[in-house]
Amino acid sequence: MSATLASGGPSHVAPVPGLGLTLGMTLAWVGLIVVIPLAALAIKPWELGVAGVVQSLADPRVAAALGLSFGAAFVATLVNLPLGLLLAWAIVRLDFPGRRALDGTIDLPFALPTAVAGIALTALLAPNGWLGAPLMAVFGWQVAYTQAGIVAALVFVGLPFIVRTVEPVLRDMGRDAEEAAATLGATRPQALGRVVLPALAPALLTGFGLAFARSVGEYGSVIFIAGNMPMATEIAPLLIVIRLEQFDYAGAAAVGLAMLLLSFAILLALNLLQRALRRGRR
Amino acid sequence: MLHADRAATRRSLLTALATSLATPALGQPALTLLNVSYDPTRELYREYNQTFAARWRAQTGQVLRVNTSHGGSGRQARAVIDGLQADIVTLALAYDIDAIAERGLIARDWMARLPFNSAPYTSTIVFLVRRGNPKAIRDWGDLLKPDVRIITPNPKTSGGARWNYLAFWGWALRQPGGSAATAEAATRQLFRQVPVLDTGARGSLTSFAQRGQGDVFLSWENEAHLALEEFKEAGLEIVYPPFSILAEPSVAVVDANADRRGTRAMAEAYLQGLYAPEGQALAARHFYRPRDTALLSANAARFPNMDLITVDGVFGGWAAAQRIHFNDGGVFDRITAR
Repeated sequence: MSATLASGGPSHVAPVPGLGLTLGMTLAWVGLIVVIPLAALAIKPWELGVAGVVQSLADPRVAAALGLSFGAAFVATLVNLPLGLLLAWAIVRLDFPGRRALDGTIDLPFALPTAVAGIALTALLAPNGWLGAPLMAVFGWQVAYTQAGIVAALVFVGLPFIVRTVEPVLRDMGRDAEEAAATLGATRPQALGRVVLPALAPALLTGFGLAFARSVGEYGSVIFIAGNMPMATEIAPLLIVIRLEQFDYAGAAAVGLAMLLLSFAILLALNLLQRALRRGRR
Repeated sequence: MLHADRAATRRSLLTALATSLATPALGQPALTLLNVSYDPTRELYREYNQTFAARWRAQTGQVLRVNTSHGGSGRQARAVIDGLQADIVTLALAYDIDAIAERGLIARDWMARLPFNSAPYTSTIVFLVRRGNPKAIRDWGDLLKPDVRIITPNPKTSGGARWNYLAFWGWALRQPGGSAATAEAATRQLFRQVPVLDTGARGSLTSFAQRGQGDVFLSWENEAHLALEEFKEAGLEIVYPPFSILAEPSVAVVDANADRRGTRAMAEAYLQGLYAPEGQALAARHFYRPRDTALLSANAARFPNMDLITVDGVFGGWAAAQRIHFNDGGVFDRITAR
């Protein structure tokens, strides 16, 4: 590089050393891993023709399954939002025996095969399970094999996404801002509502987006607890599997494409919201 | 913390990948045969693979290893279509082998190449109930009692569940005044009383035996016997309805793969061996009904005589049954839509 600097003029010097090579490798990799499979998914359904795709998606079962997948993912992520914040807070701000153990436990849903999680949750929440039996006896609630069971599985799967996105921001923030607010006469709830939460909002939104995206596509854990009744507890990924079982590859890809587009729209909206938040704070 | 975990996971994944790539090259004999099968044949083929390999070695001197892969029948067929190098398929229903044949991997006339529609053993659908049969379920009509809850997998994802559905439909057709319309109404009622639809027979059996769901599980005969063993503490009983369906789990050599890999001779010998006395005895031992009539009557206590309809006889073959009942927009979709 120094030889180039000495002999050639500044016009020959790339702004970043090795830009061409690294950019090329990055794009090739992203193309291979992300773009090509997604493009294949986007192309496959059109084997049916436009009318075929419309017909394949107009099935009320598809609408019900998509509604359930996105609805349950939304509810589960909403449940996870305060829960995740609370956990992150406990890990960063509090010192108690077992804090490290708790810290490690939170990552378990990342590592555990989702089918294992699904089977464990079903065993626990089934009407004859440890938790399911008392819930049934005392309140008459059945969790497993209902939509509530799906939400329970998604809460489990999505939780670490929120904790792990909020935690570093909370750690970086320190207590200075809160202490300053206190010296200016803010009460505890005021400091929390006006100082802490606004600073955490972008991280919470990111965590929301990640947990939501993960929950929408979740199959392994949900399938065991859902009951899988058409129109009631049948999730969209199961519908994809069902169509594959019928060797209907294009129809399966059509549902996949619909999920992809819906997820993309929601994540885009979250990103825009986040940008607006950031601009508002400046 | 997280990054350390992820790095560790990645490392272990890489190691796993490296070992899984390395083993076939190092540890196995040169000759292997892959049998792609469905779920409840695990025990049968584990035993048959060993006897066949021993016999093949005695006959030809070649050391052979037979591997078997198990899973839902439709999923297994799809894996073969998508490139799994199976030499042989032994699946739950002819329709799944037809699907492979349609894509040119198996000759279209595969069913005529071996005796008995290429189904060396048969099975049927029976009821598994709880100890003492508290809801007194003896025949298909008892399933429609209002307080009975039925466990079956989803016919759209499970081969076994399609046999369940067709057996019930066949029963409904035989009732006085039975027609397609009355059968559809009865089947609609049946599925109203199904609380959980798992994707496969294994999942349904777990829901029934371990999670305490439902009063009766519609089961493959052979799997019902395995379940009695496996879930001894759950206290289950088999009920043989007087009427059921003749399930013919079919077998075929995957021509395209066997020819390319040069395994045709042994693949054909493998399937023919299932019809030989030794193979038939093994099938019977693992609760499949043998085709050998002498052997079947010798085992009459385990395989009670039942009035069995066939898919060809009542539904005009699997292709028609699939199209009318199970494809998107078919009868099953209609009766489960609310």
